Amino acid sequence: MYVTGFFLSIILTLAAYLLVDQHVNADHAVWSHSFLMIAVVVLALLQMVVQLVCFLHLGRESRPYWNLVVFLYAFLLVAIIVIGSLWVMHHLNYNMGAISVPGAHMEARSLE
Amino acid sequence: MTNSIINLTENKTVFGFWIYILSDCFLFGTLFATYAVLRGNTFGGPSGAELFDLSFVLVETLILLTSSFTAGLAMLAANKHYTTSKNKEVSPPYVQVVGLLGLTLLLGITFLGLELKEFTQFVAEGAGPQRSGFLSAFFTLVGTHGLHVAAGSVWLIVLMIQILRRGLTEPIMSRFMRWSLFWHFLDVVWIFIFTFVYLMGVMI
Repeated sequence: MYVTGFFLSIILTLAAYLLVDQHVNADHAVWSHSFLMIAVVVLALLQMVVQLVCFLHLGRESRPYWNLVVFLYAFLLVAIIVIGSLWVMHHLNYNMGAISVPGAHMEARSLE
Repeated sequence: MTNSIINLTENKTVFGFWIYILSDCFLFGTLFATYAVLRGNTFGGPSGAELFDLSFVLVETLILLTSSFTAGLAMLAANKHYTTSKNKEVSPPYVQVVGLLGLTLLLGITFLGLELKEFTQFVAEGAGPQRSGFLSAFFTLVGTHGLHVAAGSVWLIVLMIQILRRGLTEPIMSRFMRWSLFWHFLDVVWIFIFTFVYLMGVMI
């Protein structure tokens, strides 16, 4: 089980690394940016699942699967925290006006 | 043999520790969110694409991954000995366990050394945590992960000493299980650091 997890993780890591490395070395010309982003995230999520199941034995316990339930709950909360922060900060950034010159000061436009 | 691993997985103390691990995920979640927001705030300073050496990070990643693997093997070896005989004398299976744990420790310390090298190099280049929002977020996120690895390494040393002195008793096995969860969790967090910080940092 550990051996499977180890090899799968190596493959997934190398896949992500090679995709990005080859793309960057070819002056960003190989893949479209969004494809690469999605591919890399998918590889990361796959590797997370591999490690959770193979190394942390998640979901392999007998009923009533408390470890898994609690993990899913935490995963949900982390998703809310991360996505929520990005959403809020993006809107805040927009409403405050994007500042591109370092040291520039700008009055905040009033928020609706 | 695998019964013991699963029994320990269902044990209340280990479950409590699992919940702690998930709360630690919240910590990293907020640090990731902060990093995501501040990613582009380079304030005229260097960006990730300019700073990160991807092959170096790949080596770090493989080292940490291997340490997770050796930790798993150590757990299997300990479990095999624990279920087949309950004597406390140091005997060959112990060499396996302590040897594998020692290897894990070595890999963990190597990882920390590499990370320290990366950090000091950045600071020397003028890209320290105070240079920009992006770098503050980077150092905080990756630094916190590094601190966790350091703490896990100290815990591992203590655990190894306990195994050598008292053998694989039930409380020590429980501690070993908890340490193991901690160590694997750090590798899972690193997957995300590798992906979202380094790989994506280099992409743009």
